[in-house]
Amino acid sequence: MVEWTDFERATIQSVFEKMDYDDVGPAALSRCLVVYPWTQRYFGNFGNLYNAAAIQGNPMVAAHGKTVLHGLDRAVKNMDDIKATYAELSVLHSEKLRVDPDNFRLLADCLTIVVAARMGADFTADVQGAFQKFLAVVVSSLGRQYH
Amino acid sequence: MLTKHEKELIAKIWDKMIPVASDIGAECLLRMMTTFPGTKTYFAHLDIRPGSPHLRSHGKKIVLAIAECSKDISSMMVTLAPLQTLHAYKLRIDPCNFKLLCHCILVTLAAHMGDEFNPVAHAAMDKYLSAFAAVLAEKYR
Repeated sequence: MVEWTDFERATIQSVFEKMDYDDVGPAALSRCLVVYPWTQRYFGNFGNLYNAAAIQGNPMVAAHGKTVLHGLDRAVKNMDDIKATYAELSVLHSEKLRVDPDNFRLLADCLTIVVAARMGADFTADVQGAFQKFLAVVVSSLGRQYH
Repeated sequence: MLTKHEKELIAKIWDKMIPVASDIGAECLLRMMTTFPGTKTYFAHLDIRPGSPHLRSHGKKIVLAIAECSKDISSMMVTLAPLQTLHAYKLRIDPCNFKLLCHCILVTLAAHMGDEFNPVAHAAMDKYLSAFAAVLAEKYR
């Protein structure tokens, strides 16, 4: 069981409440595909990922980015049992999608940087600490059902 | 592998950080120690509370070293030789921590530069910092 302080709970709710999912989702996923190009291996049917501009303008990437970010909502609403919340999704990513679980960490890092860019000075060290702790739990849960 | 354009971009970004090296450096260290508490174990000899002069002076050293190197990336092995020796024989910081600091440097740059820290700049900077960290760890064994 993960122990959350009041500050951490409040921070996570606040960061996600203020987030523009339609902006941050696509930004985080496209950034991941640009900064870590090997992640493109999972998106063979997404069309043109030839360069940064193509990736950032790709509508399939944008749509998928929103889907992934909304997937985090479940954890935001269920902070006390994130492991159980993602059990099914973990199986999906392992058995069907066959995604290397290290990629969850790469995407989480890109998401952190996008949120930092949007929030600026409001993304203090303490807020970053809480946000990254939350993402670390999500990442661990998604990798839990890999055998 | 850094293109010529990426090297120029990296040098330009770090050039802007030099006048605010203490602020930026302190912020990077604070972010790292808050997010990855294990890293605090290397700073038992310093006052690492937010705003402390130790954090600022130590942060400044780190930022200036990274900025200096960015002016001539191809000469990294030569420029970093003394720091390689320092980290390998005296500091002996586990190199896994370099990644953690690099990540916090990227977060700091993003928080200060906003949209200007776009995916292309991020990718270039990540590559540069990874190379820097790898060179720094070269003399470990």
